[in-house]
Amino acid sequence: MNSIIEQVVSGLRERLGDAVEDVREFRDDVIVVLSRDAIVDAATWLRDHEEVPFPLCEDVFGIDAYSRKQRFEVNYHFYSVTKKVRIHLKVRVEEDDAVVPSITAVYPGAGWYERETWDMIGVRFSGHPDLRRAYMPEDYEYHPLRKDYPLMGVPGSIPLPKRG
Amino acid sequence: MSEHTKTADDFFDTPLPTTNLPPKEQRSQLLQALLDMDPDISFDDPLENDMVLNMGPSHPATHGVLRILLRLDGETIVSAMPELGYLHRGYEKIAENETYHEFITHTDRLDYLQPLHNNVAYILAVEKLLGIEAPVRAQYIRTMLSELARISSHLVGFGVMAMDVGAMTLLLWCFREREKIHDIFDLVVGARFTTSFTRIGGIAQDITDEGLAAIRAFIDQFPERQQEGERLLNRNRIFFDRCRNTGVISAEDALAIGLTGPNLRGSGVAMDLRRDNPYMIYDQLDFDVITETEGDSLARYYVRLAEMKESVKIIYQCLDKLPQGAVHAREPKKVLPRKERIYTRMEELIHDFMIVNFGVNPPEGEVYHAVESAKGQLGFHIVSRGEGHPWRLKIRSPSFCNLQALPQMLKGHLLSDILAVLGSLDPVMGEADK
Repeated sequence: MNSIIEQVVSGLRERLGDAVEDVREFRDDVIVVLSRDAIVDAATWLRDHEEVPFPLCEDVFGIDAYSRKQRFEVNYHFYSVTKKVRIHLKVRVEEDDAVVPSITAVYPGAGWYERETWDMIGVRFSGHPDLRRAYMPEDYEYHPLRKDYPLMGVPGSIPLPKRG
Repeated sequence: MSEHTKTADDFFDTPLPTTNLPPKEQRSQLLQALLDMDPDISFDDPLENDMVLNMGPSHPATHGVLRILLRLDGETIVSAMPELGYLHRGYEKIAENETYHEFITHTDRLDYLQPLHNNVAYILAVEKLLGIEAPVRAQYIRTMLSELARISSHLVGFGVMAMDVGAMTLLLWCFREREKIHDIFDLVVGARFTTSFTRIGGIAQDITDEGLAAIRAFIDQFPERQQEGERLLNRNRIFFDRCRNTGVISAEDALAIGLTGPNLRGSGVAMDLRRDNPYMIYDQLDFDVITETEGDSLARYYVRLAEMKESVKIIYQCLDKLPQGAVHAREPKKVLPRKERIYTRMEELIHDFMIVNFGVNPPEGEVYHAVESAKGQLGFHIVSRGEGHPWRLKIRSPSFCNLQALPQMLKGHLLSDILAVLGSLDPVMGEADK
């Protein structure tokens, strides 16, 4: 693990305590798994870090882990422009309670990424100012990137004009 | 008509004021009676009316199928709301159902102005997941071709922006140059647009001397052609006035909203992944990171112009340094064997069968790899569960993220400034909609 990232991760552990559930490293990518309620605090702390500030939220997206108890995962990528390092955060939620606090108040740019996550995976973001769907029609009832959604789509889910 | 609306009959039923009062008071009483009767009457100021205008999805200046809902006060934009999804093809879903090799062809269709760059970005993420690296010669060829793709993408960005604000000639000149790049791709790759050139651990085929000569001939003449275009535009008063101070965004705002690439560098943030997190052979090359400080449409245009010159510099260095050697990594279980060996050798036949039918089966884990494409930071996040196809593949597409800044940039500008701002953002809807 890069020494800068190591310092940030230990800072996160100190700041959040037990909310840091796991730290995983694979091919130099460091993923910090957090409990759901700590995400806004963690994002604010990363953005305002004195030595290694992370001003850019690169991405927010969901993963459908399907068979696991906590079915949905939401990943966050933050990039430090000055120190040129990247950190990944991850929170897990259960299907019955798929709500994550929105980080749009900290990173305005996360607004559209959270909309896309809601559209594709079906995780809601509490406190989001404009949680519309990003791609699919507003009245569409499915979330296409869930694993139980078929590849070819659901026939009849989007009404088509009648054949002349 | 709603039920609250008064009709003319209601007014006639009311008793008029008695006539023994002086005429002036009579009038005021009458007025008062009228006002009392209908409290809903209000006099709209015609200048306070907002108009809602729908622009797109099929509008020639929206670079594809972008739809923007505008709230206008006269000709001034009060608020703008981009609507996406008209080109959504579900590539992330498709990726979950295909092997890693099969998805290469789909990356061409993301940013269709620079398909080769997408191939390279995707394959680098897969190679990171597998833990293998392509040989140096393949890296050089990938770098060279992605820089050519960057030039071809910037040519469209630059020409279309000029066309949107009224300079038609430049578009034709840019497309003439782009055509030459496509001819090179035809020669080197075998296809003009849908290149699908990269393979896991290498590239589809080695570059010939003829291909190298064609690339050199192109970049020898390109700076002069670029200068012709610049002469046409840089001192053009109409272009200058329309682009200067339109769509201004500060460095802090640009970072907060998630801009990357030339759009971020136009605001003065020197972030370029080619230099910051060098991949392939960029750490051995000499090039500058271009920034402008104004953050307006003109600054973004200047960044693109100067970046094309840097790309030419990089291609010259690649041509001079290009080493000899193989273009495929020696990883028989990950890299597709050569076709002629499949037909003659048992081992290669088995490997080809396994790789094509079951995929390369990377270890379990999550990786993210991002490259600096012509539009911004193009990243692929792959979640693997040890199967031949990704469990989840997330495309971090720069056009999607850059479009998010549009409402902020357009606020307070005139309707016609949309073209200058949108042209300078250079979004591609195939990538934004995935």
